[in-house]
Amino acid sequence: MSEQTRIIEDFATREYEHGFVTEVEQETFPPGLDEDVVRAISAKKDEPGWMTDWRLKAYRHWLTMTEPRWPNVSYPAIDYQAISYFAAPKKKLESLDEVDPEILATYTKLGIPLDEQKALAGVAVDAVFDSVSVATTFKDKLAELGVIFCSFSEALREHPDLVRKYLGSVVPITDNFFATLNSAVFSDGSFVYVPKGVRCPMELSTYFRINAENTGQFERTLIVADEGAWVSYLEGCTAPMRDSNQLHAAVVELVALEGATIKYSTVQNWYPGDRETGAGGIYNFVTKRGLAEKRAKISWTQVETGSAITWKYPSVILKGDHSVGEFYSVALTAGFQQADTGTKMIHLGRNTSSTIISKGISAGRGQNTYRGQVKVAKKADNARNFSQCDSMLIGDRCGAHTFPYIEIGNPTAQMEHEATTSKIGEDQVFYCNQRGISTEDAVSMIVNGFCKEVFKELPMEFAVEAQKLLGVSLEGSVG
Amino acid sequence: MLQLKNLHVSVDGTEILKGIDLEIGPGEVHAIMGPNGSGKSTLASVLAGREEYEITAGEILYDGADLTELDAETRAREGIFLAFQYPVEIPGVSNTYFLRSALNAIRAHRGEDPLDAIDFLELVKDKAKLVRLDEKLLKRPVNEGFSGGEKKRNEIFHMAVLEPRLAILDETDSGLDIDALKIVADGVNALRDTQRSFVVITHYQRLLNYIVPDFVHVLKDGRIVRSGDRELALALEDQGYEWLETAPVAAGA
Ligand SMILES: Nc1ncnc2c1ncn2[C@@H]1O[C@H](COP(=O)(O)OP(=O)(O)OP(=O)(O)O)[C@@H](O)[C@H]1O
Ligand SMILES: [Mg+2]
Repeated sequence: MSEQTRIIEDFATREYEHGFVTEVEQETFPPGLDEDVVRAISAKKDEPGWMTDWRLKAYRHWLTMTEPRWPNVSYPAIDYQAISYFAAPKKKLESLDEVDPEILATYTKLGIPLDEQKALAGVAVDAVFDSVSVATTFKDKLAELGVIFCSFSEALREHPDLVRKYLGSVVPITDNFFATLNSAVFSDGSFVYVPKGVRCPMELSTYFRINAENTGQFERTLIVADEGAWVSYLEGCTAPMRDSNQLHAAVVELVALEGATIKYSTVQNWYPGDRETGAGGIYNFVTKRGLAEKRAKISWTQVETGSAITWKYPSVILKGDHSVGEFYSVALTAGFQQADTGTKMIHLGRNTSSTIISKGISAGRGQNTYRGQVKVAKKADNARNFSQCDSMLIGDRCGAHTFPYIEIGNPTAQMEHEATTSKIGEDQVFYCNQRGISTEDAVSMIVNGFCKEVFKELPMEFAVEAQKLLGVSLEGSVG
Repeated sequence: MLQLKNLHVSVDGTEILKGIDLEIGPGEVHAIMGPNGSGKSTLASVLAGREEYEITAGEILYDGADLTELDAETRAREGIFLAFQYPVEIPGVSNTYFLRSALNAIRAHRGEDPLDAIDFLELVKDKAKLVRLDEKLLKRPVNEGFSGGEKKRNEIFHMAVLEPRLAILDETDSGLDIDALKIVADGVNALRDTQRSFVVITHYQRLLNYIVPDFVHVLKDGRIVRSGDRELALALEDQGYEWLETAPVAAGA
């Protein structure tokens, strides 16, 4: 094995040296799950009766379900009775001095300002950041337009009718094992409503509420864009996220009414686990789905670089005629990371179209699976789909797998599918080296080039951050 | 500037270069000719620091120091440039972005500040003019979808931007039409000076009408079997390489 291959392979063994930040937890339920626990969660949050009933219904259904084993990932059995399903917000750290220096170094490399670093690292932030900041002006501006953007708990208190109308309308409580569990025990999350004809003037970012509450491991997000509305939502951030909860099972529901557009972008950078054993990394089992009515458009863009296991298929139900669904994805697996991710495009209306661009990067012993389904219903005349799934391998101990499922019930459908697998070439790296570019920078450059079609779908600032993120991930590995 | 002494090189256990002696002084242009498979590209790759090639005997001195101590990127930063026989495509990475990273890496090595985007753009436009490179190739991904001739011209363009001290051109003339050939030669000639040296690998003496070499060497089966001046290239054009088989190995030029 040449020096170059070795350096490139080191990418696989990048180390997260820091241990978990010690956090003092207060008022946490003892481990275990039964109806009393579900009721207690609901009571803690002062929820209306219908919400409690909804949770209980989900819980009862969950008891009849079994954990899916079809994803191309392996992990030890999860003991659902060993998990605590309610934790009050964690105690804030006193200062940045208590935060792991490596995390801080990463923040600096990513160019995150000091106040924001504090917020991200869970350090108590002084009033300056909370009150004067962008966040407040931001809220005022949104209120003026009638846009609702708040935590899920707040939405339940302030806009119960809206929540009740749409919650579970895209991902029903019986949907799948993890979504059903989430429905029973979800902790908190975000709620967005954009009124008819309103174009939301700024990107709505979870970042603005990152310090507001502890959303925990069962996050619930509901976004409703009323007729003709337009909204772009950003989830997560490029800073490394650590959480002592290993299992994360979030649900995101998007409702795009007639003529509405929802763009949903994610950057996920959770702890991937120990590099030698893969232990301790986050299991990320997410259900994300959008419903597009007539002429509506839903676009998912995701950059997945973290977690030990990612199981995630942001999907679009193209219910209305002329509706559009898009999925743009970059998934990077290194070390012992496993990702089984992709999308489902369900064409129900007439003249619907969907686009799928997936870029999988595997390094080390990472396993990267693209799983996509394109389904065209009987009545869905003139459905169109374009799918492109590209895989890049770094080193020779990793794997890339592609499982496209296509189900066509209407002869007028037009489908196009392209798939490529490439190995990051020693030729490419040598060419860069010969021009004076280090191997580390070369790998980063080549990988970023590979992902370009997806990055250009991200909002500008996010795209820059995402590129830096790949760069930083690679930097730690080939140095 | 560059000295090769009894250089032996193997790849995967097969010996390809079988004892090369060559000395290149500052400002000199050396042409290397020879049949397919004789080891010309191997020699170029070894000089550039490609790792698959194992030096089994002999040495390479650059400014009197052992060149093999340096990795490929350091050699590049020290002024060694290789125009590839088969330039590599890097999808999604713009030519300009790539070159700017390269130039700034070289500048950093010299302790110079990076060029900002505006200064760099100016430089790039100047150099693109010099080799008459279509400006739309600047924004396109490195070599992706470039025609054969465009790729070769792009290599010369990289050379013009990076201003190396020793430039090795591996069959940069093959695949070029006659106009492009002249443009490439003009580019090289514009960069010729008393401190900058060139190794020009070619199959066609035609190129040497435009880039007039100080020395011509013939590489055959991993050895330099003949060295001379321009006249040697003309003789080769007439008679091919066969006659060298029996001819005695000339001692120097
Ligand atoms: N990586 C490699 N593995 C195996 N053989 C190799 C490798 N690189 C070069 N060779 C062999 O070494 C010999 C010399 O190759 P090289 O590319 O240096 O020739 P060349 O003189 O440049 O030829 P051309 O004029 O066709 O470009 C050839 O026989 C080639 O097949
Ligand atoms: Mg060659």
